[in-house]
Amino acid sequence: MKRYWKVLRLFWSTAIAAELEYRLNFLVTALISLGGLAGSLFGLFLFYRTGYEFEGWSWEAALLVLGLFTVLQGFSAMVLIPNLNKIVNQVQQGTLDFVLIKPISSQFWLSTRIISPWGLPDVVFGLVMIGYGGSRLGLGWADYGLAIVPLALGAITLYSLWFMLGATSIWFVKIYNVTEVLRGLLEAGRFPIAAYPVAYRVFFTFVVPVAFLTTVPAQTMLGQGGRGWLLASALLAVVLLLVANRFWRFALRFYTSASS
Amino acid sequence: MQKAFKVARVMLSVYYAYMVEYRAELVFWVLSGTFPLILMGLWVEAAQGDQFDLSPTDLVRYFLAVFLVRQFTVVWVIWEFEREVVEGRLSPYLLQPVDPAWRHFFSHVSERFARLPFAFLLVGLFLLLYPYAAWLPRLDNLLLGLLAIMLAFCLRFLMQYTFALAAFWTERASALEQFWFLLYTFLSGMVAPLALFPDAVREVVLWTPFPYLIYFPASLLINRPENVVRGFAAMILWSALFWALNRWLWRQGLKQYSGMGA
Repeated sequence: MKRYWKVLRLFWSTAIAAELEYRLNFLVTALISLGGLAGSLFGLFLFYRTGYEFEGWSWEAALLVLGLFTVLQGFSAMVLIPNLNKIVNQVQQGTLDFVLIKPISSQFWLSTRIISPWGLPDVVFGLVMIGYGGSRLGLGWADYGLAIVPLALGAITLYSLWFMLGATSIWFVKIYNVTEVLRGLLEAGRFPIAAYPVAYRVFFTFVVPVAFLTTVPAQTMLGQGGRGWLLASALLAVVLLLVANRFWRFALRFYTSASS
Repeated sequence: MQKAFKVARVMLSVYYAYMVEYRAELVFWVLSGTFPLILMGLWVEAAQGDQFDLSPTDLVRYFLAVFLVRQFTVVWVIWEFEREVVEGRLSPYLLQPVDPAWRHFFSHVSERFARLPFAFLLVGLFLLLYPYAAWLPRLDNLLLGLLAIMLAFCLRFLMQYTFALAAFWTERASALEQFWFLLYTFLSGMVAPLALFPDAVREVVLWTPFPYLIYFPASLLINRPENVVRGFAAMILWSALFWALNRWLWRQGLKQYSGMGA
């Protein structure tokens, strides 16, 4: 365990040092995420401007969902996208061999090798939005603290889904488009799940568990979620994490390396 | 003239063959454009209470049309061009007697034909979900709509290719496109029909090129044409502007280009 911790520190300090060579990039990504934020606020505003409300969600509560979505977006830009898109390259060029012979878990290596600071603006803007919505609703520190649990569970769920998709590259090699499909569907998390028609709700709860990523943490924050959802969220995260690990080992059996 | 036709035909068939080779990949690209369909769900649910100017039926039609228009106007030339410049692979294309832009253009056009069946399949699926919304565009609207889609594709291609030319000066030309894409997403009518925008915002947005890329062709397809003449005029004007900028940047850029790695 201690060894993993040490390796993680080394991974991330080198990754950050490498990325900081492109400092202008930081300004560019900050501008882009600011633009994205303005756009999402505008999109939400279009619904609320005539007095319509998503069932049971005031404007401030909907802001919480949007804020949580932005935080998760930042998280995936920092950790998920840079690492899991790398798997594709490793498989394509056969450099996965070098990962497999290292004396640590290959899943750990592949999932944590890189951290990209460019997702940070999204995380910060998301937190600001949550803080704004929360203060208007009179939420206290305890409420935010409680929401960390389902948010972390959501992050684990997201990671597991993404890692499983990444693992399929062992068979299909080029899977950029599959991650794009997942990304497109996750966009649904910008809005509380109650805003969708029934068929969509079923799909986004049971098929692609978007509801557990943003709506459940927001409900917990508002103190209206109920234990059932939290429990389901925990169960989902644990099961998916285990399945992802199993699936990776299963996929490795089919790995035949490239060009050797 | 005859030679141009021949070149176009050959390029189309070659790139079509390329595209069909990766059919499974194409299905996923079609599926990744589901954003309008997600918003369709939200708006249909929202319109149940009659608080908006459009009925649920109109909204289903509108967003299905948006989905189709979007499928026909997807452009990715900047990512390819950026790589070609950064890796120096542009050099051999410069020796050929055809401007490299046409190569990209025809690869995009032929991809349209390859993804057509899948896109219609998905629309059919959603019509099963909302059978009351099934509709047929009137013939004149359909023809005008198709023309608008073609122009929208050309305009979007021109804009992106113009930004791509920035790759001669910087290694991150795609950042320009990322920013532009945000404006495109939120102002083109992809998140909501322009009729639901606040009046002041709509007036401003109509002066930008964005609504003509999605909203204008989509509203033609659902038989709710608005200011047809103005729409086509705006598209042609913006295309001319970007064409001029594009050719100028291309000439300046070639002076700058040193053929990295070659």
